[in-house]
Amino acid sequence: MSSWSEGRRPLTLAILALGGEGGGVLADWVVAVAEQGGWYAQNTSVAGVAQRTGATVYYVELFPPAEGDAATGGVRREPVMSIFPTPGEVDVVVASELMESGRAIQRGFSTADRTTLITSTSRVYSIDEKMAMGDGRVDDAELLAAAGRASKRLVAADFMQMAEDAGSVISASLFGAVAGCGALPFTREAFEAPIRAFGKGVESSLAAFAAGYDAATEPPAAPAPAPVELPMSSWSGASDAGPARPSRAVEARKGHREEERRRIAAEDPGSLVGPGLRPLAEQVRELPEAARSMTLHGLVRTAVYQDASYAERYLERVRRFAAVDPDREGEARLTCEAARHVALWMCFQDIIQVAQQKTRRARMDRIRQEAKAKPDQLLQVREYLHPQFDELTDSMPAGMAKRLRRSRIVRRTVQAATRQGMILNTTSILGYTQLSLLARMRPLRPRTLRFVREQEAIDRWIERALGVAPADGELAREIVECQRVLKGYGATYEHGSESFARLMDAADELAGQDGAAERLAALRDAALADEHGHELEAKLPKAPAH
Amino acid sequence: MQQLRHGAGTELHVEGILAVTKALLQSGVAYVGGYQGAPISHLMDVLGDAREILDELGVYFENSASEATAAAMLAASVHYPLRGAVTFKSTVGLNVASDALANLASGGVKGGALVILGEDYGEGSSIMQERSHAFAMKSQMWLLDPRPNITAIVDAVEAGFELSEASNTPVMLDLRLRSCHLHGAFTAKDNRRPPMTVKDAIENPARDVSRVVLPPASFQHEQEKVNDRWPAAVRFIKERGLNEVINDGASDIGIITQGGLYNTLNRSMELLGCSDPFGNTQVPLYVMNVTYPVVDDEIVAFCSGKRAVLLLEEGQPDYLEQNLNAILRRAGVDTALHGKDLLPVAGEYTSAAMTKGIAAFLQRYQPDLVVHEPALLLDRDDPASPFASPVDPAAILPRPPGLCTGCPERPIFSGMKLAERETGQHHVSADIGCHLFAINAPFDLGATTMGYGLGSAGASALNASGADRSTVAIMGDGGFWHNGLTSGVGNAVFNKNDQVLVVVDNDYSAATGGQDVLSSHADTPLRSTQHPIEKAVRGIGVEWAKTIDNTFDVTQVRDTFVEAFEAKDAGPKVLVMQSECQLNRQRRVKPEMRKALKDGKRVVRERFGVDAETCTGDHACIRISGCPSLTIASNPDPMRTDPVAKVLDSCVGCGVCGNNAHAAVLCPSFYRTDVVHNPTARDKVLVRIRSWWMRALSRGLERRAARFEVAA
Repeated sequence: MSSWSEGRRPLTLAILALGGEGGGVLADWVVAVAEQGGWYAQNTSVAGVAQRTGATVYYVELFPPAEGDAATGGVRREPVMSIFPTPGEVDVVVASELMESGRAIQRGFSTADRTTLITSTSRVYSIDEKMAMGDGRVDDAELLAAAGRASKRLVAADFMQMAEDAGSVISASLFGAVAGCGALPFTREAFEAPIRAFGKGVESSLAAFAAGYDAATEPPAAPAPAPVELPMSSWSGASDAGPARPSRAVEARKGHREEERRRIAAEDPGSLVGPGLRPLAEQVRELPEAARSMTLHGLVRTAVYQDASYAERYLERVRRFAAVDPDREGEARLTCEAARHVALWMCFQDIIQVAQQKTRRARMDRIRQEAKAKPDQLLQVREYLHPQFDELTDSMPAGMAKRLRRSRIVRRTVQAATRQGMILNTTSILGYTQLSLLARMRPLRPRTLRFVREQEAIDRWIERALGVAPADGELAREIVECQRVLKGYGATYEHGSESFARLMDAADELAGQDGAAERLAALRDAALADEHGHELEAKLPKAPAH
Repeated sequence: MQQLRHGAGTELHVEGILAVTKALLQSGVAYVGGYQGAPISHLMDVLGDAREILDELGVYFENSASEATAAAMLAASVHYPLRGAVTFKSTVGLNVASDALANLASGGVKGGALVILGEDYGEGSSIMQERSHAFAMKSQMWLLDPRPNITAIVDAVEAGFELSEASNTPVMLDLRLRSCHLHGAFTAKDNRRPPMTVKDAIENPARDVSRVVLPPASFQHEQEKVNDRWPAAVRFIKERGLNEVINDGASDIGIITQGGLYNTLNRSMELLGCSDPFGNTQVPLYVMNVTYPVVDDEIVAFCSGKRAVLLLEEGQPDYLEQNLNAILRRAGVDTALHGKDLLPVAGEYTSAAMTKGIAAFLQRYQPDLVVHEPALLLDRDDPASPFASPVDPAAILPRPPGLCTGCPERPIFSGMKLAERETGQHHVSADIGCHLFAINAPFDLGATTMGYGLGSAGASALNASGADRSTVAIMGDGGFWHNGLTSGVGNAVFNKNDQVLVVVDNDYSAATGGQDVLSSHADTPLRSTQHPIEKAVRGIGVEWAKTIDNTFDVTQVRDTFVEAFEAKDAGPKVLVMQSECQLNRQRRVKPEMRKALKDGKRVVRERFGVDAETCTGDHACIRISGCPSLTIASNPDPMRTDPVAKVLDSCVGCGVCGNNAHAAVLCPSFYRTDVVHNPTARDKVLVRIRSWWMRALSRGLERRAARFEVAA
C-alpha cells in the first residue's frame, strides 16, 4: 500500500498569526488557489478569544487531485483531512512575527527535516516585554538562529515592512512568500488570482505579494540542500548593519555609526561638534580613545541644553573619571559610562528642556513625515502637558520657589488649576509662541531650584563613584550606571529617585566586599523589575540592627 | 450568502457554519433561534443576514435573550409538527439552558427539535473544560457528533430532525470548535418550505395536557423515555446506519471512536502506516456519529470475537468507557477494552496525543501493523524529535488575549487603577466578556468569574456593613441583559448590598462579535433597541446610578470611581460606563471616512505619537494601558539604551494614552496629530501663516543649536 511515509500525503501548512493580521484571509487564499487547481483543500482554525490580540494557528491541508482508482472502492471518496497540525509533519509554516516562529518551533510544527519556515523578522512585542521598566525585549538573535536550526529552508524577512511599503497588510506579503518559496506546485498567476478576486486593495496587495514573492525566491544556483541560507539582504537596515539583530535595525545602525564615530573621534574630534564647541572638542584627545565619541555626544548635548560653559563643566566631570579609569588604554568602560550617564543626568528633563524639544524644527518635520502629510496639508500637533506644582516651582529661581512652596494657598490654587492637565496646540500661533518662550528661559535655569538640587546630587554621586574607583573600578562603573533608574516624570521620577537613593546606600555598604559590582548590578536590575520597588526591597541587604 | 439559495446538485465550497445553515433550510425548518457565543456566533450572524431567504420560506428567526430563552423556544415543537433549531455555545450555553431543556426532554416533542452546540473545547476555548455528554445523559437527549467533514455535518442536521421525530426526543448536534471553521465542499439540495409554518400553528392552537411537566404526567414521561423513546431512537440509528462500521474483519482488534475524532484517528493511522488518505484502514473501526444513546447491539457485535478494542473518547469523565464496560460485561463479552489507560485522561485529543495512544495499543496487540514510526513518537531528548525544540524557552513569552486598540473598556480599567491608588485596593468580581481581559497584565483587576452576567452576584457574599470599603463588581451589557439585571442588580437591591457595580455599556454584545442588545444605539428595523441601562436599574430600585457617556475621559472615570468608592449610601452603586466598541465602530466609520475622502470632503484624521527625545523609556504609560498600538521601539538616541514608547500606525486616535498621561500625571511625551485631508481654503491660508510664524520663532533656537550641533 502506498502510504504516508512513502509520500502519499497532503501538503500541510500552519499559519501562525496574531489577531487582525489577516491570517484567515491568507489561509482562504491558499485554499482558493488549490481548489482552482483541482486539489482537495481544507482549512481550519480556532476562533474565540485567541483572535483578540492573542496568537492563532490556521491550518490548511491540500491533497492532489484523485489518483484514478485510489479514490474508487475506498472507504471514502474524498481524502480524509486532519484538523490538527501534527508535530514533525508540517510542510510550510508561516509566522507573521518572529516570536511566533519560535512558538511554532516550540510546538514541533517547524522541523529541520521537512519544513519551509516563512517568518517575518518584525516583532510585535508581548505585554511582558513592553511593560518592563528597562529593556524587557527577548533575544531576537536567538529566535532567528532557532528558526534556522528548526527548518529545512528558512525565508526570513521583514514582511511587515514590505506590506507597509506597499500600503497593504502583512497577509499579502506573506502570501507572496508562500507562492515564491516553491513549496506549493502552483503558478504565480494562480496565486495572484484570489487577490484579484478579493477585490479590496488589489493593486497594493499585489505589490506586497510581489515583494514577498521576491524575498522567498531562491537564487537559481543553490543545489546544496544542507546549510540554511538567510536572505540577509531583506532584513531592514541590514545593508549598513550586518546580520545583527534583525528587528533591532536601529541598534545595529547605532552600533555601526558609533564605530565610524570612534574612528573620526580619534583623528578629528572637532568635526563631530558644531563650531562653538571645537576648542572643547579638541580637549577630548586627553581622554581614553574609547570614550571620546561618547564624550563628544555629551558635549553637544550639554551645550544645547544649557551653554558652552555647562559643556565645559561636563568635560571636567568626565575628565576626573578618566584620571582614575583602570583601563585607559583599552575599553575604558568607566570613562565611557561616565561620559554617557553624566551627560544624561546633567540634561535632566525640566519644563524648559521639554519646551525646547517640542519646538525644534527636526521634531516638527519628523511628525509631518510620520503622518505622511504633504507640505501644504494642515496638521495640528496637540501636546498633552500636565505641569505639576512642584515642576513649576522647580523651574523658578530657587529663592522664589522656596517661598512659593511654603505658601499653602498658592500650592492649592496652582494644583486646582493644573489638576486637569492641559492640551496645547504647538502648531498654533499662541501655542508655539508659549513653548518657544519657555524654551528661551534657558539662561534662567542655573538659578532654578531644580538645577541647584540636581547639581548637588550629581556631585555626590560622582564623588561616591570616584571614591571607590581606585580600589574597585568595576563598582565605580556600576555606581555610575545606576543613573539609569532615574527616569520618567512625576511619580515615576520620584520612585526612581527613591530607588536611586537606596542603591547608593547599598553601594556604600557593598564597597570593599567581594563581588560588590555584580551585586550592585543585580540590585539595579531589581529596581527596574517593578514600579513598586518590591523586587528591590526583597534583594536589598538587610540593614544591620542598631 | 447567496450560496444558501442554490438548488439540488450544486457543489458548494463553504465553511461549516454556512453548511449548517443551508442544511437547516434543506430540512424544512420552521423556526430558528439562539444565543451568540464562540464558536457559533457566526451562525447567528449568518441567520440574521439570511433574513430575506428565511422570510421567503416562512421561517421564523429570533435572537434569543439567552440560551434558556432559545431552549424554551423549542416548546413550539411540543404540540405542533414544526421543525425547530436553536444554537448556542456549549457547555456554558447548556448550563444556562438546562432547565428549559430538561422540561422539553421530559414531555418530549412532536416536531423535530435540534440544538446545535458550538462545542468550545480545547485549544482556543474561552470557557471551563467540560463535556456536553453529561447533559445528554441526565435529560435523555440524543447527542450527534458527526465526522469533521462538511457533507457529514450537513447529513447530521437532516438526520437529527428525523431522529428527533422518530423518538419524540430533542437532539443535540455537537459542532466541534474546528468543525465550525472547517472549509470544505458538499452537494446541495433544494431548500424546503416547512410543511407547517409557525403561522399555521398559531392559527390552529393545540394542547395535550399529558405533555405538560406536572404530576402525574411527569412520572409517565420518565417511563416513556426508557420504554418508548429510547428503543425508538436505537431502532432509527440502526436502520439509518448513522454509526459506521469500517473494514470489520480486517483484524481481530478494533478501534471505537467518537465521530468528531475520526479524521484525527485516520491521520494517526496513516502516520503509523495502517491506513491511507481515503480511510482504507487495516484496523476495523466503529465510528459513533451518535455518541448518545449508545447502541448496545452494535457495540456487542463489533467487540465480539476481537481480542482487544481501543475506545477514543475525548474529555472527562469517561462516560462512554464506563458505558461500554457495562454493556460488554452484561453481554458476557470478554474483549479487552482500552481507553483512558492508553490515552490522556483529560485534555484535547490532538493528532500527537492520539498517535501516541494508538501506537501504544497497536504495539501491544498487533505490532506488525505499525510499519512506520512518526517523529513525534521519538523521545523528547532524541534530536530528531519535533519537540527537541531548538529554541530557548526564555525567548518565547505568553501572549494573553487583551483589549483591542481603541477599546473603550481600557480607560475604565486605567481609571479604576488610578482610583485605587487613592482609595486602596478592592475585591473585584469579574464577569464574562472582553472586560475579563482586565485580569491580565497590565491591569491585574478581577478575582473571580462565576458566569455570564453573574459579576454582581459573584460579589454578593462579600458584603459587610462594617467594612471600610465596598466590593466591586463588573458586568458587560451583554451579561446585563442576559440575566444580570435580575440575578445581579435586582438581587443587590433586594438584599441591600453595598457593592459598586460597573456595567460596561459598549453598544453591542461585543465579545461575541458585535450583536445588538436592548441598549444598543443602532436603529434596527427588526429589533427594539436604545433602552438605557441606567433607566433599567433605576426601574428595579437602584438609587445611586451614574452614566458616563465617554469612558475615554480617564480623569472623569477615575473621579467617578473615587466618588462611588467613597459614597456612604446604602444599596448598590451602579456606574454605567458607556462608549462604543471600537472594533464595531471602525467597521462602521471606516467606509464612511473612505467615502468622505473620495468625495473631497474635509476629513480630520487623528493619531497619537510619542517624542522619542522626551520619553525616558520607563514605560509607565504602557503599564496603565496595554494598548496593542502602544508599543516600544529601539531608542534612537546614541546615548540611551532602554527602548522608548512608540505609537504604531494602527492607532485609531481614541485618546486613551493622552488622557492617561493627564490622569496619571505621566509625562509630556504624548502628542496627538490631526491631519486635515481635503483642506479648505481657510486651512491652506492657516498652514502658510503658521509655518511662517513657526519658522520665524524657531530661527533663534535653531541658530543657537547650530553652534553646537553638527549639521545633519
